[in-house]
Amino acid sequence: MSDEFDDLKHAMKAAMPAPDAAQKASHLAMAQKKFETLQGSADEARPTSDRPKTGIFRGVREMLSTLSTRGALTASTAFVALGLAVVVPDWRQAPQLFDAGYSVDEAQPVPVVRERAEADDTLGRAAPEAEMEIQEAPVIIVPEPLVQSAPVVSMQQDGAYTRAMPVPGDGALVQIEGDTEAFADADQNPLKVTADEPVSTFSIDVDTASYSFIRSALMNGQMPPVESVRIEEMINYFPYDYAEPQGDQPFETTVTVTDTPWNPDTQLLHIAIQGEKPALEDRPPLNLVFLIDTSGSMEAANKLPLLKQSLALMLPQLTEEDEIAIVTYAGSAGQVLEATSATDTDAILGALDNLSAGGSTNGEDGLRQAYSVAEGMAEEGEVTRVLLATDGDFNVGFFDPKRLEQFISDKRESGTYLSVLGFGRGNLDDEIMQTLAQNGNGQAAYIDTLSEAQKVLVDQLTGALFPIANDVKIQVEFNPGQIAEYRLIGYETRGLNRQDFNNDRVDAGDIGAGHTVTAIYEITPVGSPAVLTDDLRYGEVAASSDSDELGFFKLRYKAPGADNSRLIETPILAGGDVTDEMRFAMAIAGFGELLTDSPYLGDWSYDQAIALANASKGDDPFGYRAEAIRLMRLAESLDQ
Amino acid sequence: MRMEPTNESLARAASDGDGAAFAQLLERQYDGIFSLAFRLSGSRADAEDLTQDVCTALPTKLQGFRGEARFTTWLWRVVVNAAHDRRRRAATRARHTEGWGDWEKNRRAGDSETSEAVDWLTQAMRSLPEDLRDTLALVLDDMTHEDAADVLGVSAGTISWRVSEAKKHLRALREREDQV
Repeated sequence: MSDEFDDLKHAMKAAMPAPDAAQKASHLAMAQKKFETLQGSADEARPTSDRPKTGIFRGVREMLSTLSTRGALTASTAFVALGLAVVVPDWRQAPQLFDAGYSVDEAQPVPVVRERAEADDTLGRAAPEAEMEIQEAPVIIVPEPLVQSAPVVSMQQDGAYTRAMPVPGDGALVQIEGDTEAFADADQNPLKVTADEPVSTFSIDVDTASYSFIRSALMNGQMPPVESVRIEEMINYFPYDYAEPQGDQPFETTVTVTDTPWNPDTQLLHIAIQGEKPALEDRPPLNLVFLIDTSGSMEAANKLPLLKQSLALMLPQLTEEDEIAIVTYAGSAGQVLEATSATDTDAILGALDNLSAGGSTNGEDGLRQAYSVAEGMAEEGEVTRVLLATDGDFNVGFFDPKRLEQFISDKRESGTYLSVLGFGRGNLDDEIMQTLAQNGNGQAAYIDTLSEAQKVLVDQLTGALFPIANDVKIQVEFNPGQIAEYRLIGYETRGLNRQDFNNDRVDAGDIGAGHTVTAIYEITPVGSPAVLTDDLRYGEVAASSDSDELGFFKLRYKAPGADNSRLIETPILAGGDVTDEMRFAMAIAGFGELLTDSPYLGDWSYDQAIALANASKGDDPFGYRAEAIRLMRLAESLDQ
Repeated sequence: MRMEPTNESLARAASDGDGAAFAQLLERQYDGIFSLAFRLSGSRADAEDLTQDVCTALPTKLQGFRGEARFTTWLWRVVVNAAHDRRRRAATRARHTEGWGDWEKNRRAGDSETSEAVDWLTQAMRSLPEDLRDTLALVLDDMTHEDAADVLGVSAGTISWRVSEAKKHLRALREREDQV
């Protein structure tokens, strides 16, 4: 039987008339005339039969509730709405609030008001309520650039307005530019009833961009937008010291069941994957092609200059065998450094110093050229990777993003990988970055400070650049006799279909040398008071099994370059040794849930998350965990 | 390889008053506007009127384009809103013709198989509630559920639900037909 939907599609295609050429010409001329006229005259509002909605609060509330994600995001960075929160964490800085010399422009229309006007209203007229808001209420735009290390929002008595003041921070690099950040917006993984859906399948994820983004938002005194929070990327930001692989397996998996910190009646299933750490001296030579975005938007101090510093940090990690080439893109793409041995630091740093930002972005040309340079460098037994450094405004021009994805995944098949380093804020198109890195078997990292560059490009260089296993997929089958409900924490953008697990053609995440990957399920045992769903009165009784296994864990991976996957499987049993490493991962999971206002936490709050993280911090040689605890504290005070 | 300027940069230039950019942008998008207008309205005449509405409104509307969304997302939103506007006006003037019912006669008359499919299409689209019809107008052109969600200002889940509802409707319709 044919699919009605496809039939409809074909019928629609067949029925579609071509636009009449004369009509088209007349429409275009009409529009052009209107356009020219408009340049000379003010924007006239046409009368409308729609009743104007009145009331500033109502208007603003509606505006916020109807905005698209991107719009709302811009709204939250470009102006502070009328909820009057006063947060002044450091009173010594308070006097600065009122004499920093920022003018308050009361007449300036708020950009989002326009957004509503165009999104919701009918043709050709400005939304009346928007006009009224501007006149009635002084809504103040935060002046930019906003550089601050402490969150400062103040209110003046005479008017309903808030303003954020810049406080120069210690080497703070982050700037907010009211601009176009976009995130892959996936709903939180819902609770699943084991009897209905016993199998959960997902791809691993070693990206860390979300954590860096959250950090820079919190450092700026703003709660990160919920859609920017990807809990698995927060958890996997941290290196963990899990049990190391034995024998010739590239990685070791440890599955542990323990109590849930935020709910006494559920348990957490903690899955740890530890990649082997190959001896550095044995590593294959690297061919790195840096594809650097030098478009005008990269000029900011936290973009191109930070990138140059970051690469300078990385060079000492490389050897004579390694080769580096640099391709830039902006307007037209060009190769600025031929393949050069990584020890020739003068040539490389000299080429970097000559880079300057300017022009618009032409990403696809750049990518093509970078790949062709990379292919020229590749030799048997070497690892070749393109590192795309961009602020994310990866403009694919006329081309279909799907084609770009296809292009990158074709190149992946041919052995050249792609990693994405995100810089700056404001333009960051997180979704594109993720898509590119996922299709290129690479990692997407977001570099906002030099210390983050140190982490990504120096401390974890091996993991970022040497894949040890490709297409790593995890499938967990829960035993309905033991587990009533489960939910996977995070990995919303990484879900796979059940049948994809055994399909080697379906792409999934990769593990680099020394990487750790953590996944956590919250599971509710049968009979627990925490079970949220009732049994069906008329439903089938689930086939019960006598097994005391909680579930069955399966993992598939491919050796680098291999076409066929290998399978690892193990039953999941209650218990296991819970280490501080696991507890810290759980604290971060809880932190992520708090940031997303998860309904599953009950009374559990930042205090408990901080206590748990503190108690399980361990050695923390690089200070990453201490930083996370500071961020939790910051979030706690911002979230009041 | 030389790249064309993007929609977004043209739109920004146009909103800054660049007439050539506006002309290039509209020329590039015109067919897309027309074809969405057709999918939304179901007749050539309505699609032409709707396209004209959009074309003449764009110069004003563009001044408000801030680049928060992809230009096409923004544009399709304008077209969908214009279609709603038109339906509303038609309804108030009590001259409401059932959009997808007001079908051009004799078009493609020579191709009986196609016109049979067209009839089924008309019938099918008519059978759907307005919100499902709008959703299909977008996704039938291979737009992803996410993008359609952006345009209509609802969640991607809602789009997927609507598409499955529409499929149910279509299946039911087909079954009724098969019984006849």
